[in-house]
Amino acid sequence: MGLSTSRRLLRLMALLTVLALMAVACGGDDDDADGGGGDEAPAGASLIFATSADPVVLDGALVSDGESLRAIDQMFEGLVTLAPGGTEVVPGLATDWTANEDGTQWTFNLQEGVTFHDGTEFNADAVCYNFDRWYNFTGSFQNPAASYYWQTVFGGFAETDPDSGAPEDSLYDSCEVTDDLTVVLNLTTPSSSFLAALALTNFTIASPTALEEYQADEGEVDADGIFHATGTFGTEHPIGTGPFMFEEWVRNDHLTFVRNPDYWGDFPGNVDELIFRPIPDNAARLQALQAGDIQGYDLVEPQDYETIESSGLQLLNRPAFNVAYVGFNQKHEPFGDIAVRQAFTMAVNRQEVVDAFYAGQGEVATQFMPPELFGWSDAVTTYDFDPEGAKQVLEDAGYTLPVEIDFAFPTDVSRPYMPTPQDNFEAMVAQLEDCCFKVNTDSATWSPNYLDNADNGRYGAYLLGWTGDFGDPDNFIGTFFQNEQKAWGFDNPEISDCLDAAEIETDEAARTALYEECNNLIMDFIPGMPYVHTKPGLAFTANVTGYVPSPVSLEPFSLVTVE
Amino acid sequence: MIKYIVRRLVLLVPILFGLSLLVFVYVRSLPGGPEIALLGERATEQSSEAIRKDLGLDQPLPVQYGRYLKNLASGNFGSSIITRQPVMDELKQRFPATVELGITAILIALILGIPLGFLAAKRYQGFLDHASLGASLIGISFPIFFLALILKWIFAVKLGWLPSFGRIDATIDLPHPTNFYLLDAIIDTNWKAFVDVLKHLILPAIALATIPLAIIARITRAAVLEVTNEDYVRTARAKGLDPSVVDRRHVMKNAMLPVVTVIGLQTGLILTGAVLTETVFAWPGVGSWMLNAIRNADYAVLQGGILFFALITIFSSLLVDISYAFLNPRIRYQ
Repeated sequence: MGLSTSRRLLRLMALLTVLALMAVACGGDDDDADGGGGDEAPAGASLIFATSADPVVLDGALVSDGESLRAIDQMFEGLVTLAPGGTEVVPGLATDWTANEDGTQWTFNLQEGVTFHDGTEFNADAVCYNFDRWYNFTGSFQNPAASYYWQTVFGGFAETDPDSGAPEDSLYDSCEVTDDLTVVLNLTTPSSSFLAALALTNFTIASPTALEEYQADEGEVDADGIFHATGTFGTEHPIGTGPFMFEEWVRNDHLTFVRNPDYWGDFPGNVDELIFRPIPDNAARLQALQAGDIQGYDLVEPQDYETIESSGLQLLNRPAFNVAYVGFNQKHEPFGDIAVRQAFTMAVNRQEVVDAFYAGQGEVATQFMPPELFGWSDAVTTYDFDPEGAKQVLEDAGYTLPVEIDFAFPTDVSRPYMPTPQDNFEAMVAQLEDCCFKVNTDSATWSPNYLDNADNGRYGAYLLGWTGDFGDPDNFIGTFFQNEQKAWGFDNPEISDCLDAAEIETDEAARTALYEECNNLIMDFIPGMPYVHTKPGLAFTANVTGYVPSPVSLEPFSLVTVE
Repeated sequence: MIKYIVRRLVLLVPILFGLSLLVFVYVRSLPGGPEIALLGERATEQSSEAIRKDLGLDQPLPVQYGRYLKNLASGNFGSSIITRQPVMDELKQRFPATVELGITAILIALILGIPLGFLAAKRYQGFLDHASLGASLIGISFPIFFLALILKWIFAVKLGWLPSFGRIDATIDLPHPTNFYLLDAIIDTNWKAFVDVLKHLILPAIALATIPLAIIARITRAAVLEVTNEDYVRTARAKGLDPSVVDRRHVMKNAMLPVVTVIGLQTGLILTGAVLTETVFAWPGVGSWMLNAIRNADYAVLQGGILFFALITIFSSLLVDISYAFLNPRIRYQ
């Protein structure tokens, strides 16, 4: 009777608080007891890696997003692959290859004794089955959002739908089975860049049995024009030859792989269970790593580098595989005059910009492709920072200083090669105006306005950049300069002829020399000012070893050991 | 009463119609488009065109809206352009996650907020009153995401007591017939999973509960103070009733009316709060889903999600109105 309600309540709340604290504390002990296997003996380790999003679907032919590709990389392999950490093309499911003289017929000898995860034998028939599958895509599979990389590398299809947006012509002609372990790929025109492109995750070989049984190509297009696979190949039965096998995918929660016990190749690591968990927020990924809830994550933000290194975690850097540049549109005066382009480049202190805004993870670019790639030239004209020289160049060309130019930057965007475009821009404008230019500034939101304006030649000078897809110079300077583009506003036959010749050259040494020459030509002509290559960061807990960051993010976890 | 409910439900039709138009126009006014999200900086004019055509975005807006309404009428919310999943499927999977989190947060807010407000009123101008007022002021003004980061830093990073993200440990095997993980664990009689899910719930639910908790505590305090001074309470005390009975029957029941209103209004707050909380805790619910959809100009998801949010808010306010009648028999709906 005696106790008032408020007293009782106070007691009850105190009791609840104590109970809650006890529960949490006990829970903590539990967690340590069964926590993740991070401290387990090296054999049979489990590793949780945080991704930035869930994959779209686990079928390499139908995706272009990085998180789908990362997952597919663990389970599937292509005819060729890239040396760990580099862009050198090395044998994958093919042991070696030869091309005919004009580079239109490529013969691959295949690895013996390889089986898919479902027990299907890997052989020449399986290779042709996959290539023919891609080439014969119809309907919404021809949508560039689905088969982007096929269209980039091979162009069109057996029967290209004119409304699909896909190119009409195809580089791919046919696939021939010579014998069980020899396959010939015939191309319609000579190409050498296609070999490096074959290392793309998109061209990895899937089990023909599984593709058929789980109806990889069955689906329907809904009223919104979006394709839905009705089969389960890409969601429940992605079957390749790779070091890991699919175990389970709970959408938006986790994707689990287990070690392939019958893997034909090397598996130096000790990860038996690999779990990808999507954590879209950057700060949340960092905290999960600090808490030990995950053992690694990608896309570390530059501002977190210091925290990671100071809290006993590891920071790894991918070799640079991108370029940020200022594009000059030569149709937009005065950029048609090479003196202006040269003076602009000499007036900007690129080293200062890189030091100020790239947290020590950038290097000054001297040309439009990163030094990791073959064909990079150490003999290009470099246009070092020299404001006095810039003035001289302009005056010699008959200009009265300052020379008026238009210069634009994008807003609402952060790119690996350009985390803070406005900072870069403002620093450059200050330097240009200090020297010898009067800059009319302009800006627009990255998409769609800015890209649209830049691509359609509506800007004079503009900030832009590019991240490579595959380890071939064609993917950088070929993309930029092989064909006339409104963004650059010039047609230079000397450069495009050089790039044409380099693209089809099949001899590696000759090809390297040709691309070096093209880079020299390009930088003499100076269509833009490349200014930085950056090295994106990955973070891991201290007990993870063996992860080799790749410039193109081709990173198998079979190399990883959790100690 | 039934007539009232039916009338409210009928009113829903024009409200939803207007809302669908607003949402439709709004998502299309966002910068960028799905083709940019899909192809990024590699988009050529030709491929962007093809995608816009495929998605029907090359049609005039009224035609697109008409098609959207037609689909809605047949219960088809469209598909996400990014995940290629039907919006309804994703909603079915993500909604339980948000509800589980939201209900836990509301429970925390009620279990702590009402007693706190009551105690503060009882000790009017005392230490507890000042303390709870101060704490609730902090609760209301503290940004959720910041609180969430601090909670995680203390309890996950420093102490290691609680997990920092997600709904369940990925190594725990639990079937998900309902997608309410607590319920799934009970159905599966998997107590290890139940405890793990509970542990995953604690930090995000506390972060999400702070603002509603603070508001509920303050409203309860004010309501109790007001009711305590009513004549009937004085009479009850004067006739010698046990103080706890007076508090329960006369004070609390009458003070609950404004509190219930506020609880109803909190539903909207919980949903908007979930956008931030879910993002910080990588909680795969509706909130983080919407945020991603905004980033990717995922029209169908945004349209479906916002309509759904609106429906929930409307229904919860309807529930509040109905519950009035039970709490206060004098209120009857004509």
